[in-house]
Amino acid sequence: MAKRPAKKASKPKSAKSDIAQFSKEEELQAYRAMLLIRRFEEKAGQLYGMGFIGGFCHLYIGQEAVVTGVQMTLKDGDQLVTSYRDHGHMLACEMDPKGVMAELTGRRGGYSKGKGGSMHMFSREKNFYGGHGIVGAQVPIGTGLAMSNKYRGNDNVSVTYFGEGAANQGQVYESFNMAALWKLPVIFVIENNGYAMGTAVKRSAAKAEELFNRGSVYGIPGRQVDGMDVRAVKQAAEEAVAHCRAGDGPIILEMKTYRYRGHSMSDPAKYRTKEEVQKMREEQDPIEQVKRRLLDNGHADEDELKAIDSETRAIVTDAAEFAQSDPEPDASELWTDIYREA
Amino acid sequence: MPTQILMPALSPTMEEGTLAKWLVKEGDEIRSGDVIAEIETDKATMEVEAVDEGTLARIFVNEGTENVAVNTPIAVIAADGEDVSAAAADGPAATPAAEPIHEAAEQVPSAPALSEVSTAPEIEASTAVDPEIPAGTEMVETTIREALRDAMAEEMRRDDEVFLMGEEVAEYQGAYKVSQGLLDEFGPRRVVDTPITEHGFAGIAVGAGFGGLKPIVEFMTFNFAMQAIDHILNSAAKTLYMSGGQMGCSIVFRGPNGAAARVAAQHSQDYATWYAQIPGLKVVQPYSAADAKGLLKSAIRDPNPVVFLENEILYGKTFEIPKLDDWSVPIGKAKVARSGTDVTIVSFGIGMTYALGAAEALNSEGISAEVVDLRTIRPMDLATVIESVQKTNRCVTVEEGWPVCSIGSEIAAQLMTHAFDHLDAPVMRVAGKDVPMPYAANLEKLALPNVDEVLQAAKAALYV
Repeated sequence: MAKRPAKKASKPKSAKSDIAQFSKEEELQAYRAMLLIRRFEEKAGQLYGMGFIGGFCHLYIGQEAVVTGVQMTLKDGDQLVTSYRDHGHMLACEMDPKGVMAELTGRRGGYSKGKGGSMHMFSREKNFYGGHGIVGAQVPIGTGLAMSNKYRGNDNVSVTYFGEGAANQGQVYESFNMAALWKLPVIFVIENNGYAMGTAVKRSAAKAEELFNRGSVYGIPGRQVDGMDVRAVKQAAEEAVAHCRAGDGPIILEMKTYRYRGHSMSDPAKYRTKEEVQKMREEQDPIEQVKRRLLDNGHADEDELKAIDSETRAIVTDAAEFAQSDPEPDASELWTDIYREA
Repeated sequence: MPTQILMPALSPTMEEGTLAKWLVKEGDEIRSGDVIAEIETDKATMEVEAVDEGTLARIFVNEGTENVAVNTPIAVIAADGEDVSAAAADGPAATPAAEPIHEAAEQVPSAPALSEVSTAPEIEASTAVDPEIPAGTEMVETTIREALRDAMAEEMRRDDEVFLMGEEVAEYQGAYKVSQGLLDEFGPRRVVDTPITEHGFAGIAVGAGFGGLKPIVEFMTFNFAMQAIDHILNSAAKTLYMSGGQMGCSIVFRGPNGAAARVAAQHSQDYATWYAQIPGLKVVQPYSAADAKGLLKSAIRDPNPVVFLENEILYGKTFEIPKLDDWSVPIGKAKVARSGTDVTIVSFGIGMTYALGAAEALNSEGISAEVVDLRTIRPMDLATVIESVQKTNRCVTVEEGWPVCSIGSEIAAQLMTHAFDHLDAPVMRVAGKDVPMPYAANLEKLALPNVDEVLQAAKAALYV
């Protein structure tokens, strides 16, 4: 049964107070994880500007709380799959920033040996199943991963991320139908950042304010979540994970989030006002929210946070240096990895 | 150390742009994420955000400057605690924060000469070897329908990770009864009826394949697989390469392909050439029951995606299959189905009925035709074709699919490249007519190839 979103507007503070508070450790964990994504993406944008990264490059800046909060609820063997805006997901599941950045620059030390690029990266070790460039295609794939869990009789869940733009794809509803029919353990996370490239969600989706409800005709429960608040994300994800592990089938989480940058690096984002972006940054930034709480609650002081920032920058700088100095793949790689040896 | 801000490239093709506007001035405090300037490219005006933090010590390129090359230092930032005036004194000639791309490019090995890498390796003889059938082996009359079912059942008994999914495969016992009895033996966990949603269930099967299972996806016909072709190509075929070898899938897409009888244009298409073009896929189209069984078993065991093209009209045709415990036929190996000396006829799948019929008719006219059954379309066993043509010096190709960019076109091109000096006549192609399949019985017959067309093509190649 679809749950209604928390009543909003009149009492936003009381809605916030429903959210389970984070311990000091959780706040710091989330802060580090989100900061790494933010700094990594800023550096990726810079390297793109310098010509080190080519093609399409979609940054996750602004949306960090979504993958970070969900990831805090998963266990070994749970799988992730997402679209082409995938750098944040890879960092969140602890893939090596060097390998991710080197893939962005098309170098041999990249996760796909330089043959996949920004949109096509994978890690069997970390159960990250891509990185898919076709809008919506990862949704049946994630549903299939859930099918493999059920087939094997384990209690792992597949977390399948897609944007609100992909939420209009036919294959998403084919997947909803089969996931519900077969009670597959899949969490469909709709990352609703408001814009499918340049098209505002209201211009592309019927009942745009209720995307969490898109599975209701299949009996898939859905929840709308403040995707800028990592605590709200984690709390919703915990419930969703428990639902799936218990064998109750799929569930939808609509994360209301926002991307600060354009759709890709070459998008000037003229379809929204600067004021809109600025307002989100100032009032709802997911990292600033945690930072403020850490300081207000005395969990950390400015110096400690600065130290975390320095550590994070050092990790990103290392990754960027590796990604620029690592050689391109050997020419012989053109002909490898087309088939596995039968 | 002060950090220089370089003129960014804002699109994959941008080489220079106009620094339209500075939104900050010297002396301003800058935080990462602040919009500091606007840059115009030929396509759009873009905002530049700061990545580094500190004080803007100096602007090198004034607003309004046109044709600023990518990676030109445009300003410098002094980090917290650094001497702003010293940073400002650092001219654009100072070491940039990072190496510009053109220098980096020089460090990497230059691309090898075109001839070294742009073409696939020379044609080598297939290393696959047909299994020997021991003398005295009992041969069992089997239809192709039964052969396919037996292949799936044997592999499902052998490996719990193999399962079948598709429309009507379980309770209905198969739309064409190919999966008859499998639900009874293996149960609904491993024989899964799907809704009529090819796009979705093909994607789900690929996901299950990434998850380590070995799905057999039955399409009621390959005409409907067009709805799923994105997952067959983009998700199944390309992922091993795109993941640098980490993430492939062992999956079989199978079902009837090509014209059936009187089902008209949307239900009568041969997809051999469509899938044969895709690196990462293997494509099999058997003719005989022994090959159907042996190749399907190999396809299920293969760690790669295999497109297995069957034919509705052949399902009920009976052949002899050797009664052996584990009969399998290697993928990638053609078979000389009939030996001859005067002309080579190359075909596959149902095309073999015309090829063999024509060979028989030619024989009665004193012409000895050799018939090669490709069996696998990709990787194609060209070595066997070339070896035959070196003997006969003439070649006719036969297929039901359309003639444009057909399998015959590919064979003709390959023979031109690799056996030009052995050819005594142009390669002749017999194919379906270049029209959508008509419904009327007489027109349908005209649209398909027939024995006489193959016969005439062979004679043309022989100049008789």
